[in-house]
Amino acid sequence: MSLLEVKGLEVHYGGIRAVKGIDLRVEGGELVCLIGANGAGKSSTLKAICGLVSRSGSVSYAGMDTAGTPVHELPRKGLVMVPEGRGIFPQLTVAENLAMGAYARNDASINEDIGRQYDMFPRLKERRAQTAGTLSGGEQQMLAMGRALMARPKLLLLDEPSMGLAPMLVAKIFEIVRDIARQGVTILLVEQNAKLALEIASRGYVMESGAVTLADEARKLLAEPKVREAYLGEEAGA
Amino acid sequence: MDIFLQQMVNGLTLGAVYAVVALGYTMVYGIIQLINFAHGEVVMIGAMVAFTVINLLAAGGLPPLAVVLVGTACAIPVCMLVSYTVERLAYRPLRRAPRLAPLITAIGASIILQHLAMLVWSRNVLAFPQIIPLKTFSFLGATVTGVQLAILGICAAIMCGLAGLVYRTRLGRSMRATAQNPQVAGLMGVDINRVIAATFVIGAGLAAVAGVMVGTYYGVAQYTMGSILGLKAFAAAVLGGIGNVPGAMVGGLLLGVVEALGAGYIGDITDLCRYGPLARAVGERCADGGHFVLFGSNYQDVFAFVVLILVLVFRPSGLLGERVGDRA
Ligand SMILES: Nc1ncnc2c1ncn2[C@@H]1O[C@H](COP(=O)(O)OP(=O)(O)OP(=O)(O)O)[C@@H](O)[C@H]1O
Ligand SMILES: [Mg+2]
Repeated sequence: MSLLEVKGLEVHYGGIRAVKGIDLRVEGGELVCLIGANGAGKSSTLKAICGLVSRSGSVSYAGMDTAGTPVHELPRKGLVMVPEGRGIFPQLTVAENLAMGAYARNDASINEDIGRQYDMFPRLKERRAQTAGTLSGGEQQMLAMGRALMARPKLLLLDEPSMGLAPMLVAKIFEIVRDIARQGVTILLVEQNAKLALEIASRGYVMESGAVTLADEARKLLAEPKVREAYLGEEAGA
Repeated sequence: MDIFLQQMVNGLTLGAVYAVVALGYTMVYGIIQLINFAHGEVVMIGAMVAFTVINLLAAGGLPPLAVVLVGTACAIPVCMLVSYTVERLAYRPLRRAPRLAPLITAIGASIILQHLAMLVWSRNVLAFPQIIPLKTFSFLGATVTGVQLAILGICAAIMCGLAGLVYRTRLGRSMRATAQNPQVAGLMGVDINRVIAATFVIGAGLAAVAGVMVGTYYGVAQYTMGSILGLKAFAAAVLGGIGNVPGAMVGGLLLGVVEALGAGYIGDITDLCRYGPLARAVGERCADGGHFVLFGSNYQDVFAFVVLILVLVFRPSGLLGERVGDRA
């Protein structure tokens, strides 16, 4: 049984059909990426999985249909999303942001976990009493990841974690994503940076104007001429 | 100089009450960007319920303090229930509607509450029974009554308690998170509707206490008292920066002081007899130390609205507000 199974997912915004009946699945322990150009419908897909936008089709998580499950129940079941643009709470301190990540938990080891995030992201520790809005873009992305990990997710949905970051930081963020996956967290990664995403993922989906046009093992997609041409910036036949 | 100090004491007392009411406006605005115009009516209902209970108990020979406490203890849950119901029935269904819709609904809710109160309590003024012995203290030439001291003390305690709740507890943290990004707060596991309801209920509890305090201070309560009080507290919230908790406290105190000093001095300042040429123009009314006062202290209520207009024109984000763009 797949951890996440999406069938015939559709998203409409008024008259616009942004996602046109896609199928998608993520097995436990996998790192799967979803790539595609601007406006392909990647973010809409993630939002629809969480129920942030109204959808049709079926989404089942851990064997259970999530139709009618309110958004705030998802982290209790281990499904956590880091939205596009990070979505940190700008006027909360770094420490408070991390504590918010553990909102759905009520066990005794929350403080221990905050310490773990500080070990992973030492910059956050230095800035723990600072309001999150004063962090740099890269630090905010780390905070968003650390906050998501505070929920102890089983499945992490990441929407363009490398967006707007300098190349060095992009590499670092991808390294972090891979580390998180190695710790046993299942990840569905949405990225525009197709090359780096396919390099760390085991499988990938390619989305074009609301539909999945290719789905395969990541290394096969990396070799696929259509992908190389459209997303890796290579000339056809090069 | 005496009148200055005296008006400061009076102003701070009323201002502290404005601040407590303003907190209800500002917390709700902070979290759902709604100006809850029904909030002033909740204050009124608090006063009416408490006065009813106090009048029932007044003859019973209980100590006055206990009578007032029981009255307040009855008013708080009633106000909380009223405010929760308004939120649930009138605002929640409009959560995704354009902002104008809940605003108009809020005005409607306030009219409905006011008229329900009229049906329950009639148009008559409820008087506060003479149970609290008048105690006064002298303070650097100003007179402070026991009731004023009690109001100042209670308001200070409420403001500290609320600051503690908002900045130190899990509920407070989730309220602030919801105010800043409701969608992400939901993704973190916050049941946004519950947090919003909690915000309304807490504000209503404060409103109930405020209602008892103003009622006790003036000695009367009536079904219309909520409108002007609510508007003043709203002005205080805007003055401090709507959506900002410390701002509401500062704005309330400041507004109370401005109002009291204004009322204290406006008669003197607008006395035409003080100004030579004008005095001659007015003629004999100034003879023998007479006065020709344009605006008397009955213009007290005007100051809140002058302040409101000045803030909206010159600093729409308020004294402590930061985000000008989305608030103006
Ligand atoms: N709230 C909305 N209302 C109307 N249309 C929307 C809304 N959100 C997205 N869309 C439209 O749906 C389409 C898909 O958008 P989506 O954000 O899912 O794309 P994306 O693949 O995430 O793009 P990007 O890589 O730029 O983030 C776009 O054409 C977009 O304009
Ligand atoms: Mg997107």
